Amino acid sequence: MTLKSLVWNELRERPWSVVSSSIAILLGVAALVAIRHVTVHSEQEVSRQLSSLGANILILPRDASLQNYYAADRNGQTLPEEHVSEVLLAGLPGVEKVSPKLSMPAKMGGLDVTLTGILPQSEFTAQAAWQTAAMFTPNRHEGCTKASHGPSDVDGTPESLNTSRSIDSLAKDQVVLGADVAERSAFSDGDTVEMLGGKFTVLGTLSRTGTVDDSRVFAHLHTVQDLAKTGEVCSAIEIIGCCEDAAGDLVPELSKLLPNTRIVTVSQVLQTQVGVNRLMGGTSWFVLGILVVVGGASLATAMAANVRERRREIGTLMAIGATPGFVLRLFLMKALILGVVAGTVGCLLGLVTAIIAGPQWAGVAIMPLWSLSLVAIVAATGIAVAAAYFPARHAAKLDPCSCFQEV
Amino acid sequence: MIRLENVVRTYVRHGQTVTALHCKHLKIEMGEYVAVIGPSGSGKTTLLSLLGGMLSPTAGQIYLDDCSLYEQSVAVRSAIRLSRMGFVFQTFNLIPYLTALQNVQVPLSLKGDARDVQDSVATSMLCRFGLGDRLNHKPSELSVGQQQRVALARTLVNGPQIILADEPTGNLDPASREVVLKAFDDCHSEGRTILMVTHDLAAAAHAGRRLVLREGSISEQSDVISEAA
Repeated sequence: MTLKSLVWNELRERPWSVVSSSIAILLGVAALVAIRHVTVHSEQEVSRQLSSLGANILILPRDASLQNYYAADRNGQTLPEEHVSEVLLAGLPGVEKVSPKLSMPAKMGGLDVTLTGILPQSEFTAQAAWQTAAMFTPNRHEGCTKASHGPSDVDGTPESLNTSRSIDSLAKDQVVLGADVAERSAFSDGDTVEMLGGKFTVLGTLSRTGTVDDSRVFAHLHTVQDLAKTGEVCSAIEIIGCCEDAAGDLVPELSKLLPNTRIVTVSQVLQTQVGVNRLMGGTSWFVLGILVVVGGASLATAMAANVRERRREIGTLMAIGATPGFVLRLFLMKALILGVVAGTVGCLLGLVTAIIAGPQWAGVAIMPLWSLSLVAIVAATGIAVAAAYFPARHAAKLDPCSCFQEV
Repeated sequence: MIRLENVVRTYVRHGQTVTALHCKHLKIEMGEYVAVIGPSGSGKTTLLSLLGGMLSPTAGQIYLDDCSLYEQSVAVRSAIRLSRMGFVFQTFNLIPYLTALQNVQVPLSLKGDARDVQDSVATSMLCRFGLGDRLNHKPSELSVGQQQRVALARTLVNGPQIILADEPTGNLDPASREVVLKAFDDCHSEGRTILMVTHDLAAAAHAGRRLVLREGSISEQSDVISEAA
């Protein structure tokens, strides 16, 4: 028999009392952990997008609404494909690549997918006039590498869709599958698939990005236009700028060139997500406050009630020879165990919630943040012990004569 | 030796000061078996609490071996209770969520005994009271008599010199009552001091000395045995 086993025995005997006294702390920790996980991963995603796509610009139909950079071409409106030629022929400084897209809903082997038409960079090589025009551009952006519209020799695989938002070569009867589509459809490289009445060969599968690109099937833009009978239109034109500076300068130039379109930079798109992150960051502090006040008060109340219930038991222990210090430790140990258990269970609950809900709330995949989880458990334990201190001190000062039936 | 000098204990209830106990002089020698009898509310439990170092007197001194009990710190008084005193309660006061063995281990644990020592000492003490087959039973799974025997085992497990008992036979059937009284007789014959508060005159007859409490005042009574008989 030890102090710890004395506490454990009591907790085991009264499981509902344990649950009710620590439920507020458990839920508080769960909410805090879930929100912080989503916030942190969302911030990391914003940062990653800014660093990898910061120089990118989107040309969208004028009335398109925009919440998500990756889903920008799924707004249901279109703009003429000839804008691509206009951009290239204008020879604006800082334009590295131009990538028009047209997205259509489609069925692939019974699976609902988004069929996205893209123009491979090899098509630009075929249009020699664009290259010539770019060569004679007088105002090349400082610090930019020379703008070249055509296949690069860095990454010619389909994976370049993930890394540089464009692909070098894609035949008119080939498709590239997003990670989710590949996983759910079980199609792989070399398989033949049918969509919108056309037959395609799978060129490759992209690795997982955690974005809506995972649920897309990429095909040649002109094939998609033909099959969907849309004419020469696209949903969005993505311009890969040579550097973030250039992207900033390009916006007014493009607005002048294409007055009937909406031109946005990635930074502008990400402002929405930054705002959401700030809100969630603020919410997590609010939840922490709730956790301290409600969780602490709830545990303190439960502990005070427990002291009242156990007056005779405390008196008996003191009559047997327990010191007030022992009684104080008895209740603090109980609070410590409750704090650790509620903190750990709450943390796991929060983690599971974040992992399940994270992709829906913020469009990001969630990985456990162990240091954050540890801090949450330590905070829950600290709050539990602090909340139990006054009831425990009261117990330690109880009159041991309460162990007798009457005085 | 336990000695009370000019001890007064009062309570304030509803604005009124009530004297629960006043005792000019009382001396209990080591090895004595003393029964305290008196009607309800006469101050018997107050006397027991004062002697156990759990209730400080409003006035006067209580000495244990010529050392003033209430001049000691709370922690020292707890240590005295742990090592030198044992309490027996009318309602047994077993800890409900602990087994019989664990209940008896509690004083050993407070003393700091190792786990294996606690196991062997507590087991042998329970066996002495015929509860060897009830070690892992919780109080709710024991009869009233068995519960009181577990409580007795817990009281005696640290080998106290002084046993303070509050109506120890009050809730017991005749057979269990005899077990308890025999245990007290054995303790007395081992040289322990016993102070038993009781309504039970026949139980009081086991004591060598009887005190009567009336309205907080203590007096000696030598003819209790003959009255009970």
